[in-house]
Amino acid sequence: MSTETMAAPAASRIEAGPRGAKPKSLTFSRVGIYVFLVLAALFFLMPLWVMVVTSLKAMPEIQLRHIFQWPQQITFEPWLKAWDTACTGRDCNGLKPGFLNSVKITLVGTTVSIIIACLNGYALSFWKYKGANVLFGLLVFGAFVPYQVVIYPLIVAFRELGIFGTFPGIIVIHTIFGMPILTLLFRNFFAALPPELFKAARVDGAGFWQIFFQIMIPMAVPITIVAVILQVTGIWNDFLFGTVFAGRENMPMTVQLNNIVNTTTGVREYNVHMAATILTAAVPLAVYFISGKWFVRGIAAGAVKG
Amino acid sequence: MAQLATAKEDGVAGRPAAGSSGRKPFRLTTLMSIIGTAPLIVTAVGVFFICIIYSFVLSFTNSRIFPAFGAENFVGGEQYARLWSTGRWLISVNNIWFFGLLSIAANMIAGYLLAVFMDQRIKAEDWFRSIFLYPFAMSLVITGLVWRWILDPNYGIQATVRGLGFTDFAFAPLVSADTAIYGLVVAGIWNGVGVTMAIMLAGLRGVDAEIWKAAKIDGIPTWRTYLFIVLPMMKGALLTAFILQCVGVVRVYDLIVAMTQGGPGIATQMPAIFVIQHITDRSNVGLGMAAATMMLLPVILLLGLQVFVQWRANRVKESA
Repeated sequence: MSTETMAAPAASRIEAGPRGAKPKSLTFSRVGIYVFLVLAALFFLMPLWVMVVTSLKAMPEIQLRHIFQWPQQITFEPWLKAWDTACTGRDCNGLKPGFLNSVKITLVGTTVSIIIACLNGYALSFWKYKGANVLFGLLVFGAFVPYQVVIYPLIVAFRELGIFGTFPGIIVIHTIFGMPILTLLFRNFFAALPPELFKAARVDGAGFWQIFFQIMIPMAVPITIVAVILQVTGIWNDFLFGTVFAGRENMPMTVQLNNIVNTTTGVREYNVHMAATILTAAVPLAVYFISGKWFVRGIAAGAVKG
Repeated sequence: MAQLATAKEDGVAGRPAAGSSGRKPFRLTTLMSIIGTAPLIVTAVGVFFICIIYSFVLSFTNSRIFPAFGAENFVGGEQYARLWSTGRWLISVNNIWFFGLLSIAANMIAGYLLAVFMDQRIKAEDWFRSIFLYPFAMSLVITGLVWRWILDPNYGIQATVRGLGFTDFAFAPLVSADTAIYGLVVAGIWNGVGVTMAIMLAGLRGVDAEIWKAAKIDGIPTWRTYLFIVLPMMKGALLTAFILQCVGVVRVYDLIVAMTQGGPGIATQMPAIFVIQHITDRSNVGLGMAAATMMLLPVILLLGLQVFVQWRANRVKESA
């Protein structure tokens, strides 16, 4: 369970290329291997295919019930509607406001939580004070606590503080629940740096903040990329906190999406639903495909957060 | 997760950590360190300690919408007694066990199978890995919505196969109380098996190449090597994948809300939904907190187990 075995080495081993039984030429079993993998790949791709083709069909064509068929007539109408005019509960402004909210929440939430976690990890690696380990143990324990156990006390506390249902509220909540895994990530990264680096800086008379800003932050770029991927996808995909803590004004896209689909009045516009789903998935998917191997590292390290 | 906390202990111990010994005089840098980690302190103590205690205490009160701590509000174990006689909760507990066992087993088996097949020096490994992993980038809300659409009896797989002429074909897991949970399992696996595969593939490739040579010389068939020699050697990866999934199962919420909303009826209720409903719509915080405390129980047991395994492993290492 340590990030040692999970994060960087895990990913680099994945990239190191296959090992194990050497393949002979194209044999019966080789064909079997590819058949299995291709079938598995089809299973994984099928929902994406269905989403895309459904979102490009007009409602009459959907009524024909050929869920896997490429549209006879491509229309982008559902996409426009999902973005601009679909109803989420009472409002009918499409996903647009939710998208902007999600962008704001993700940008600010990611930045704040990573700055804090980086500082935490640095302090815990080089400036351990008495009781720091206990605090850290408690924090890591927090990574495994079901959200439902602490959510009500947090609602009460946020109400008292006047940040329940506000933008700062949702940022604080993401910072809190991102902290265990992010701090762990940064702590293990800093702890693995050569100690000479720190010693030399100390000899030169650098203090807590100088070492942090001038040495550690520039060193921490690779792990920060992993952390950014982890937080961006995590915060963007969040649903529970958005529902409970964000408030109507800051409702993120996932919550809006769920409302669009579950609006019970009128005809269910499956094409609009699927277009909305793709729009909501677009950002994490883009992060996934652009970041490639970094994403694998991020999830290997951060799947704990779930 | 003691392992998590102590993972890097060796690396840190020999470090010139000022103020770490406690015997040294209190330095300015220690103060800076405490200031720097103030959010950590607040979160660790305030959220993961005080909030849990607070929830626990509330579970012994008859709080409705707001927390009530008056002497007359303390009702002892009444909420727990009530919880365990509430049909909705009993179904939730049954469901989480069933869903958990089924989805974890399926996920581990499918993940290992995929990892083994991916390990056969195949072409386009990157492509396959990308395809198996991409669902994990999407939220469970999206996963739930997509699979709900595919499993919709009037439009999805059932309708398509019927359209091909098999008019008796029935495949509509989500509309029946008996089968809805299988639909959730399929969607959950679609979302998460790629991660399991990635972890297990890393584990597979961490096994010493010599083992493979030795097995080959002994003439052991490849499949037996994978099953009986390599699999037991990758305990770390297996445990990682297993714990990740346990945590995910206990928390499962988004998927259910998006896919079945707990239905049909209350057939796919889960503890996480039970808690949220009782602190919001149903305004019965006392009962909700009793349920939340029960949710914490398996997590603590799991962590305890992990600490125990770790402790024993350390002892074996020391005595060796």
